[in-house]
Amino acid sequence: MPEGGENRPTAGDRARVRALVLTGLGLNCEVETAEAFRRVGATAELVPLLDLLDGHTERSLKDYSILAFAGGFAFGDHLGAGFVYANKIRWRLYDQLLDFIDRGGLALGICNGFQMMTRLGMLPGFDGDYRTPLATLAPNDRLGYWDDWVRLAADPRSPCVWTRGLDTLELPTRHGEGKFLTTGPEILERLETGHQIALRYVDAAGRATERWPANPNGSPGGVAGVCDPTGRLFGLMPHPDAFLYPFQHPLWFRQDESERASEGQGLSIFRNGVDAALESLNRSP
Amino acid sequence: MIHRIEIAVRRGLTDARGEHAARRIRDFLQVPVEGVRTRDVYHLEADLTDEEVAAVVRELSDPVLQIGARDRIEDGSFDAAVHVAFKPGVADPVGKSALVAIEDMLGRKLGGEAAVYSSVVYLIDGVTPKQAGEIAHGLLANSVIQTIVVRSHEEWEASPPDLSVPKVAGGPVPEVRPCDLSGSDEELERLSREGLLALSLDEMRAIRDHFAAESVYNPRRRELGLGPMPTDVELECLAQTWSEHCKHKIFNAVIDYREGDGSAERIDSLFASYIQRVTREIDREIVERDGRSWLVSVFHDNAGVIAFDEEIHLVYKVETHNSPSALDPYGGAITGIVGVNRDPFGTGRGAQLLSNVWGYCFASPFFDGVLPKGLLHPKRVRDGVHRGVIDGGNQSGIPYGRGWEVFDRRYLGKPLVFCGTVGALPVTIDGTPGEDKAALPGDAVVMVGGRIGADGIHGATFSSAALDDASPAQAVQIGDPITQKMMFDFLLEARDLGLYNAITDNGAGGLSSSVGEMAEGPGGARLDLSAAPLKYAGLAPWEIFLSEAQERMTLAVPSERLDAFLELARRRQVEASVLGEFTDDGWLHVCHGAETVALLSMEFLHDGAPEMRLNARWSPPTFDEPVRRPTDHGRTLVELLGRLNLASNENKARHYDHEVKGLTVVKPWVGVDADVPAEATVLLARHGSLQGYVLSEGINPFASDLDTFAMAAGVVDEAIRRQLCAGAELDRIAALDNFCWPDPVQSAATPDGEYKLAQLVRACRGLYETCRSYGVPLISGKDSMKNDVVMSGVKISVPPTLLVSAIGRITDVRRALTLDFKRAGDRIYVLGSTGAHTGGSEYFRYLGERADLAPTDGGPAPFVGNRVPELDAERSLALYRSLSEAQRQGLVRSSSTPARGGLAAAVARSAMAGLAGAEIDLDRAPGAADLLTDELLFSESNGRFVVTVAASDVDAFERCVEGHSHARVGTVTEGARLTLARAGKAVVDVEIEELRASFKEGLAHA
Repeated sequence: MPEGGENRPTAGDRARVRALVLTGLGLNCEVETAEAFRRVGATAELVPLLDLLDGHTERSLKDYSILAFAGGFAFGDHLGAGFVYANKIRWRLYDQLLDFIDRGGLALGICNGFQMMTRLGMLPGFDGDYRTPLATLAPNDRLGYWDDWVRLAADPRSPCVWTRGLDTLELPTRHGEGKFLTTGPEILERLETGHQIALRYVDAAGRATERWPANPNGSPGGVAGVCDPTGRLFGLMPHPDAFLYPFQHPLWFRQDESERASEGQGLSIFRNGVDAALESLNRSP
Repeated sequence: MIHRIEIAVRRGLTDARGEHAARRIRDFLQVPVEGVRTRDVYHLEADLTDEEVAAVVRELSDPVLQIGARDRIEDGSFDAAVHVAFKPGVADPVGKSALVAIEDMLGRKLGGEAAVYSSVVYLIDGVTPKQAGEIAHGLLANSVIQTIVVRSHEEWEASPPDLSVPKVAGGPVPEVRPCDLSGSDEELERLSREGLLALSLDEMRAIRDHFAAESVYNPRRRELGLGPMPTDVELECLAQTWSEHCKHKIFNAVIDYREGDGSAERIDSLFASYIQRVTREIDREIVERDGRSWLVSVFHDNAGVIAFDEEIHLVYKVETHNSPSALDPYGGAITGIVGVNRDPFGTGRGAQLLSNVWGYCFASPFFDGVLPKGLLHPKRVRDGVHRGVIDGGNQSGIPYGRGWEVFDRRYLGKPLVFCGTVGALPVTIDGTPGEDKAALPGDAVVMVGGRIGADGIHGATFSSAALDDASPAQAVQIGDPITQKMMFDFLLEARDLGLYNAITDNGAGGLSSSVGEMAEGPGGARLDLSAAPLKYAGLAPWEIFLSEAQERMTLAVPSERLDAFLELARRRQVEASVLGEFTDDGWLHVCHGAETVALLSMEFLHDGAPEMRLNARWSPPTFDEPVRRPTDHGRTLVELLGRLNLASNENKARHYDHEVKGLTVVKPWVGVDADVPAEATVLLARHGSLQGYVLSEGINPFASDLDTFAMAAGVVDEAIRRQLCAGAELDRIAALDNFCWPDPVQSAATPDGEYKLAQLVRACRGLYETCRSYGVPLISGKDSMKNDVVMSGVKISVPPTLLVSAIGRITDVRRALTLDFKRAGDRIYVLGSTGAHTGGSEYFRYLGERADLAPTDGGPAPFVGNRVPELDAERSLALYRSLSEAQRQGLVRSSSTPARGGLAAAVARSAMAGLAGAEIDLDRAPGAADLLTDELLFSESNGRFVVTVAASDVDAFERCVEGHSHARVGTVTEGARLTLARAGKAVVDVEIEELRASFKEGLAHA
């Protein structure tokens, strides 16, 4: 997608948006995640979670509009994806985190980050409860990590600020635990009616699918990304951070000049988030 | 106090691990189990209240997915329970993470003695206890590193929950022993053999004589309380430093080489005469031509370094981890990949890791012969090796760039497991060149990362028989990517802050090798082994010194930065210990507490080993030329594509991450459906630049059966051709050589040693000649020279195997090329001439299999043939330059290169990837007139490409390649058929879908 409509902010405006990308303890997509925020104009900073927990940095969540949980293998995903990392946050940073959400902060969790947000109860976040886990990312139906590109459709009625204006997009998925399961069917229904399922895996015809390989993990209803009711907190299994450049699309080398996009489609998600953060910065200067 | 916790998937939800196990049991062992459920078991050794244990149970189980219980989950019936736990001393990263989680939750540290031990219980339905035992040993566990307890349902119910933990019973520190070398030659040989020292008689004598002289002339020994005999620390350290693994004695030997009965030609070190020489010569040539070289650092560091752009250099290293992978495929392979990661990381002052490569040589996963006792089935080996490198690479957050497999029966004894890593070294670190490293006298010797255990002691010489149940699992290391990742994150910060002067990896030989090597610069070091952090008590000083426990680096930290270094380590929760300091007194002085346990002169340690002298004798082998019957060539092509050495391994390869870091451009799988392997891959080295690097390789052990000179020439050529297929600059390609040879030293066990050594000499010559002609320097390499096993009296040796890994540069990744046919109407060209090079071809092996001939014991598969592909490097280079020029002008749409399976397979790959048909007139192909049709289709001549060109660019393209071997042979079609014709008659006419189906089926169920 090109730079966007005429009313969109400029890169200069966006530099006011500060995004915190947590690092360390086995995370490994922090560099490309920060690069994505920078490419759309935001100011991104990498901070080790341990420094935040131990007070070794002057920074705190207060300094940021966006909190990014990057992908990776925090603690090797031992005991379950994102488990040990999320635990550190739950027991040692939760008050700061709730305060951050309360103040209107945005959060993006990609892959391992989505798993952590779910594990923490930040998602689905019904009724302002960001503490109670109601869902999980279970092992894929076909056991094991799998790297392949998927097609995704955004729900146009979703409150999700990160997927605003998106129709379909293609991104790589790379995970072993991505099947979105809830404590009961009523949770999934409520997510549906609230349009909190911001992204779904779709087949070639554009229909949500549970079938492999279009859906890499067997997620019911093709759930690929979920937001909270405010739309500011968003987690997804696919990797927008791995499609920053147009030539990363698997078919790019088969396209004529005229068919080729000017940027990687993954950037549109980051730009949306940064613009939404900018709106709230502008509202409360 | 030990608490036991069980976690299981809730009834009604999928237990993916259990279902996967059930599938493998049915598939691998043909046991029709009804079902398998699994439980995670955690044994918690800590003082906790009942409430705390209950809280831990809640905390460890996912509320959506799992249930947990103290002791046992009471959960219905099953026929047998198999409990798989680690043996004492084996790394347990899951247990380690669980302890972190529990301490976070409790909000307090549980103290030094606290530990969590993880294990797994499999509950199996539809088996007898006997079958369950077979399943446990044959599939679920590896008795080398794990304990296995099988119980029937009744036994399980009747027994109390198992509360035992695999804790190493650490004892007092064993004493340092003097080693008496005064005995006879037989006595010395016995000492070496029984002590797993792997020292030759000459070397044992040299050590004896050295210490005899030392005791007379060196008063310092006496002053420090050392006797006239070497200590066990000294002897073990020398054995390690002088081992084939570390010293490359065969590559540095003086060799008398003869052809037939001809006169001997003396070669003083293969390494100096061929490998190092070709690189030096090319380096000089580059400097003469361009004023400065792009070779930044070669041969003296852990990996080769080449210039890339104004900010970073590229670092590349490929290693093998064969023997450990034969014993414990998963553990051996994961250690292989995380181990080679430390090589670029320990190069210069430390490189950020960019990408991995992997490649394996296995016996057929469908092997149905009699498996010699002591060997694992190749299907299991393959499965475990893949899982190990998948976990190691993915958890480290490093994408893979290349992945391949080669299958031959002779890899049944030892699989070859190649793992490599590319890194980015900053051109400048803290104001000085990033490749510069030097420990200075007075710098602290600091060990960083994991703790020391008995892991991997005598790694180079171990055998499974040396293991026993009471001792820690000595020989096997299991890599822990997360510990390493945390260490790397910390060290990159320390690097950029300029907190250390030098860094190197603790791999083979552990501290003895890392400190020994680093001390060469300053000229000595003093160490206190009692300061080294141990996993458990009771290790002898020599064990601490030699342990190959993983995830450790050794650094030289200047005293004024030591506090800052240690403080940062503490903040990053990475263990760092000061073990001593570098000195300039010429001695490696090792203490344990107050006691001196070794005093070795640096000179004797590094230069004291006697030179090896060997004989090599070459006589060209001849084989019966296969008799070929006329066949349906279309059928042959379809079946060739489904053979192990050509078929798709996508169902394994996609488990490896190839896109983390967001820098991958041409991915390992390309085409409309991204399901055909790329000829080479292209990756960015950093964000914000369009310049990329290109990865490819060449390997063809089958040609070794005929002539290793031609084999080596061919694999270099293949690696270079693949580079060009992706659009690499011809003048900026570097290569790595990895030799995996059967033992080439003549002995009673190896009566054909002289021939195998001649094969090695010829391979080095082929490598030298070809790299020299192409201007491709060898920037790094490794040799593994004892790839033989003797099991139950059967000796199995690998075929001489040379892997050439190439790394190239492309200034703008958007101009990269892929092999898939792009548009109907594009013209197809064959560049380079085809000859009757059927020797060692996949086609001949296919015919041999169809003829149903049994392979000779230990020999190659039937139908080797004789005419090995040869290389005219000069002519090829000229052609490659013309192709590069055409690519530069944007005239080439796709490019593939014929190798295994010949011209027909190359065309088929482009068609399968492009989902497009093609019509080709074979008679036009260069060389066609002299060839039989099967030779033209399937022979594996070097120096060829299949490229496509838009119809409108035909004239411009032909101007580029004019004067070089080329021909326009056909057109890409809309159709769904591949048609290859001779004399106007189709000799191959098959559906693209049929080719694709066979290609995807060959390894689908392996």
